[in-house]
Amino acid sequence: MNRIKSLFKNKEKNILNIYFTAGHPNLNDTEIIIKTLAEAGTDLIEIGMPYSDPLADGLTIQQSSSVALRNGMNLDLLFSQIKNARKHTEVPLVLMGYFNQVFQYGVEKFIAACKSSGVDGLILPDLPLYEYERDLKNYFEENDIAISFLITPLTEEYRVRKIDELSNGFIYMVSSNATTGGTEDSNEKQIKYYERIHNMNLETPRLIGFGISDFNSFSKACKYANGAIIGSAFIRALEKGTKLENTIKNFVAGIRNKKLV
Amino acid sequence: MYKVDNRGYYGKFGGAYIPELLHPCVEELKQNYEKIISESDFKKEFDQLLSDYVGRPTPLYFAKRFSEHYQANIYLKREDLCHTGAHKVNNTIGQILLAKRLNKKRIIAETGAGQHGVATATVCALMGIECIVYMGEKDIERQAPNVKRMKMLGAEVRPALSGSKTLKDATNEAIRDWINHPNDTHYIIGSVVGPHPYPEMVAKFQSVISAEMKKQLMEKTGNENPDIIVACVGGGSNAAGAFYHYLNNKNTRLIAVEAAGLGIHSGETAATSVIGSEGIIHGSRTLLMQTSDGQIVEPYSISAGLDYPGIGPLHAHLISSGRAEATSITDDEALKSAFFLSRKEGIIPALESAHAFAAMEKLEYKKNDTIVINLSGRGDKDLETYTKHFDRFA
Ligand SMILES: Cc1ncc(COP(=O)(O)O)c(C=O)c1O
Repeated sequence: MNRIKSLFKNKEKNILNIYFTAGHPNLNDTEIIIKTLAEAGTDLIEIGMPYSDPLADGLTIQQSSSVALRNGMNLDLLFSQIKNARKHTEVPLVLMGYFNQVFQYGVEKFIAACKSSGVDGLILPDLPLYEYERDLKNYFEENDIAISFLITPLTEEYRVRKIDELSNGFIYMVSSNATTGGTEDSNEKQIKYYERIHNMNLETPRLIGFGISDFNSFSKACKYANGAIIGSAFIRALEKGTKLENTIKNFVAGIRNKKLV
Repeated sequence: MYKVDNRGYYGKFGGAYIPELLHPCVEELKQNYEKIISESDFKKEFDQLLSDYVGRPTPLYFAKRFSEHYQANIYLKREDLCHTGAHKVNNTIGQILLAKRLNKKRIIAETGAGQHGVATATVCALMGIECIVYMGEKDIERQAPNVKRMKMLGAEVRPALSGSKTLKDATNEAIRDWINHPNDTHYIIGSVVGPHPYPEMVAKFQSVISAEMKKQLMEKTGNENPDIIVACVGGGSNAAGAFYHYLNNKNTRLIAVEAAGLGIHSGETAATSVIGSEGIIHGSRTLLMQTSDGQIVEPYSISAGLDYPGIGPLHAHLISSGRAEATSITDDEALKSAFFLSRKEGIIPALESAHAFAAMEKLEYKKNDTIVINLSGRGDKDLETYTKHFDRFA
């Protein structure tokens, strides 16, 4: 069974998904970041495929992507790094990037590489729903690769329903209408949105992302969804930290509000 | 046949490859723009502003000495005589009227050469609406006069600091701004690029160019159809406007002129249709310059307005289906032709437009063919560049 699906089957609350950009801070950190995150108790890991033009991303992820590309990251290398990381852990792995990357690599070849390296799911924020449904869905399903679409506070109800139907694994629930790393909406506005979606009784589990940065924001998000995704805050921690493994362990412990190492 | 379908495709090119965050903005526009621009009060205000404020119709000028040199009947469509000095204002007038009707309080735009930024700042001043223009940090340096014009017009010019710090990144920044301000902001894109409905909407606003051309050619030659229309293509808005009403007329050849920079295979080029491949840029499936991993490659051209790694999806369709012919012109060829036109006709063209004129050197045509060259803008903004190359070409 797909590792993302079994995760959500076995665990319903407080799911922690951490994002990092592959190739950042250093080209060959991927394996150690995945291994350490998994050991520290991260439930799901989202690996950013660095892109030259990351439209949905704020400054932190943009800059980490530029660094990663300058370091020489590319998709073949990333898949081989992931394959190595898979030797250490069964943690579900999700690749996040832009559709042009998959399109150029070749959709079939890309899905095959996901399968053989141990990637369980994809997030492609600019892939249109209709195009997925028409051209890609069968292929994803045959190979048991999950896909997560995004919803935002402004996504209309019929679209939320459609996204619930098409997503498997989890729905990526964007906390406020902003690029990644941005500030959050007012508490009240946000909670109204979280409750509205909660009351729709969707089939697919939800993770809340964008603007989640610490124990408090993580805990709040977990009240209204199955868990949350942390990206920019983790990248900033990696940039500030000196020893990679300790930085990662401390970061995860901080989110889980455990004693630091 | 060359009309956009309801999902926004020209053949296989176009569409809307946008993050969900941008969906409400683009959807609002898509749901409303056709209805708004076909309303009679919109048309009336648009036409009135184009005539009284922009100065349309722009002349169709028979370039006698230039024609003699090339042994053809060459007409220049004088978009350089538009207010602000280029065709860009046709689109910004249309979009600001649309933004007003959508109750938007804030306008954002991207700019490369600064012409679209100036045209946007101009219409925002005209309507009293806040204006923010994103411009690559590098372009701010190389197009200083237009930065000053935008500021004089009351716009805020925000440097795009990400990526390569040029037009592509200014566009990314404008899109990110729109994501962060989905309710009160309208994004005035400057060319026939971006997610559906932008390419078709901008082409419609620019189509006034070919609508006038038809009438003017009829008056001057007794035949509304030229043999050839030539226009430069950055994103492709002036070309789309010049081609628009001729798309279904197979007897008129359409020539799209791209910037070859230092040469098509020099690694320093913007000849997208030659070295580009199918992919996605700024929300549109089209031809673009990219690596095998789908990373967008930074283009190069001496002309900031042609320095873009993609072309609009309409042009990708026209070129790959054979309806339009693409050709490309190097920096030096464009410079040479700018000096030539200046001396032959007393018209200093924009560097972008100079690429279209240089295409006359490569084009195959019959003696006495009627050829229209779209003179998309005037050369004042490029004087510093021209001066630098004075010794080589004057
Ligand atoms: C005078 C002029 N011509 C042409 C262009 C290129 O744009 P497009 O291809 O959209 O006409 C520009 C862009 O700045 C311009 O200023």
